[in-house]
Amino acid sequence: MSTSAIITMVLVQVSVTIITAYFFMKVLRTPPKPEPNSYDEE
Amino acid sequence: MSANNESWGTRVGLILAMAGNAVGLGNFLRFPVQAVQNGGGAFIIPYLICFLVMGIPLLWIEWSMGRYGGRFGNHSTPFILDQMTRRRFWKYFGAFGIFTNIAVAAYYCYIESWTLAYVFHSLMQTFAGLTQGEVAAFFDRYTTITSATTGVPYESVVFYILCLVLNTYILSRGLSGGVEKVAKVGVPLLIVFGAFLAVRGFTLGDAGAPEGCTDCNSYLGLNFLWEPQFDSLLDPTVWLAAAGQIFFTLSVGMGTVQCYASYIRKNDDIALNSMSAGWMNGFVEIVLGASIVIPIAVGYLGLDWVKENAGFAMAFQTMPFLFDQWGTALATLGGVAWFGLLFFAGITSSLAMGTPWMGFMEDEFGWKREKAAWSFGGLVLLMGLPTVYFYNEGVLWEYDYWAGTVSLVVFALAESIIFAYIFGINNGWEEINRGADIKVPAIFKPLIKFVTPILLLVVFLSSLVTPVNGDWGRAFSGDWELDDNSIIGKITNQGFDANREYFADHFEATVPGEIVAIEEGPEGETVVAVAQLLPYHRTATNEAEPVMEASQLGNLETFDSLTVVQTYKFEPENEIIVSVGDEVEVRETIALGDFTNPIFYIDLAKILLTLLFVFICAIIYVATVRREKQPERR
Repeated sequence: MSTSAIITMVLVQVSVTIITAYFFMKVLRTPPKPEPNSYDEE
Repeated sequence: MSANNESWGTRVGLILAMAGNAVGLGNFLRFPVQAVQNGGGAFIIPYLICFLVMGIPLLWIEWSMGRYGGRFGNHSTPFILDQMTRRRFWKYFGAFGIFTNIAVAAYYCYIESWTLAYVFHSLMQTFAGLTQGEVAAFFDRYTTITSATTGVPYESVVFYILCLVLNTYILSRGLSGGVEKVAKVGVPLLIVFGAFLAVRGFTLGDAGAPEGCTDCNSYLGLNFLWEPQFDSLLDPTVWLAAAGQIFFTLSVGMGTVQCYASYIRKNDDIALNSMSAGWMNGFVEIVLGASIVIPIAVGYLGLDWVKENAGFAMAFQTMPFLFDQWGTALATLGGVAWFGLLFFAGITSSLAMGTPWMGFMEDEFGWKREKAAWSFGGLVLLMGLPTVYFYNEGVLWEYDYWAGTVSLVVFALAESIIFAYIFGINNGWEEINRGADIKVPAIFKPLIKFVTPILLLVVFLSSLVTPVNGDWGRAFSGDWELDDNSIIGKITNQGFDANREYFADHFEATVPGEIVAIEEGPEGETVVAVAQLLPYHRTATNEAEPVMEASQLGNLETFDSLTVVQTYKFEPENEIIVSVGDEVEVRETIALGDFTNPIFYIDLAKILLTLLFVFICAIIYVATVRREKQPERR
């Protein structure tokens, strides 16, 4: 693989993974809104 | 009175269900193929930009439309649009949000059933020791419904019905009891399966290269996908392909996102939820989808082969052969992981397609969810059986074109205009930000108002009048010949030069050329082969391309070493009236007998889709009349 291809691949894949993880973690860490909210089990 | 008391169990469950809705077969098959066909690394930059300026805005538009509609007890697009616009026309336009789902589910469940069948065949090691040709022939045999690869007659129909019953049963368990539970298992599992295969794609290298193959190396495949080519930023074809891929991968323009979001309460977040689900889909596509099919296929078959043959069929006609090179245990594991991954990607999407119809019938006619689910299953079966029985006649791909492609673009374009200009961008912006757990950047307000509708309009217009081979440069220079796959070309059946009657007593050649063989096929049929010598030329990158016209050549020379062979199969009772060595022209009769031409099945598909749309409009009309008798629901 060429250096530019490796850099692009690593940059894009790592960025997408970090952004995905960031948003998902934010969902997990945000406290539920006061009842009644949209979710049966929260 | 509405019997709809559905709700989501947990926030994570909702996000996984939304991500599962978006993640489909396209993440693993369409994305890499689009990337390959649009210059590899040339594709990724326009793709990411389109995600930011069109994908994210559309997600916010659809999530907020859904939550807004749900506040008034509307869980499907007809009455969500009615609530937003207060104009009768848009209510009927909202029929797209139910129509598309039933029509797409009809054929999508069939493809999903292939994945189920292939998991079974991987476990049974059916593909062990088969050549690449035999694996490809297996798929052809499987989709010929009268043949049975397992000894079960009508195997493909049996698997289709099995798959449909499974979908319907899960839907009948409701959102939190069915859809959400499947998403919580299916999405993590598909990520695990995908990660296993992606590791294999990354580490294969040239370990699988057959002797003499110089370009069989998975790193060449990765290099081709990721080598940036900044000059492509000026190529409109690549931008259109990137916008189209973003559009289809997010499952926007279908009405499913609105339906799922309609069960969220007024002050609960949608801004963060939609980002989480949207980026999860991006992760599956960019990180996993790009790391499986192309690198593995290039590792065994070479880069040139993949460039020539990349397509949807690779999933079923090529991948089992490649897994078989890994040895018995790993081949079984690879097959189960690949087809299992596709199955979970498929079922989490097809379940979403059931919910708009169910939501509508529960809202408007007070149906219980079991009744709504089984009625959805019945409708899908009715619409889907023609795609199963007439798969080889092209009915499935005709459904995919009209319901799975054109309808989505039309609906998304309309909803982006409604949101920004009829509902009002200020109301829309307030709706997106209500209860938001993240700060939505202000730049998205003008993007939603101007850029998203314009981009969608460009995608729609370019589909309407696509020039031959997507050659926009030639089109803008004054030579604008429509492609057979443009919307206008498809409406007029432009691709059918010959055999334009539904039923005929003769069969015409569809290509000009020389009859090079007339022989008996394996099942007693007569096979007639017409060879066509096409002038080809080599491009600057040493690729062979057909010559469209002499003026295109310049100083280049043609070579005719590439011969295209078209074969026709005839029943024993048909009379062949040509001989080997004869030259035939397009529309010249080559056989006599009773023929039902492919154009009949293509128009049949269009008629069925039209009837479905009219049926849904009629139901919306009945629902409107019922509402007028209920003052509290007006």
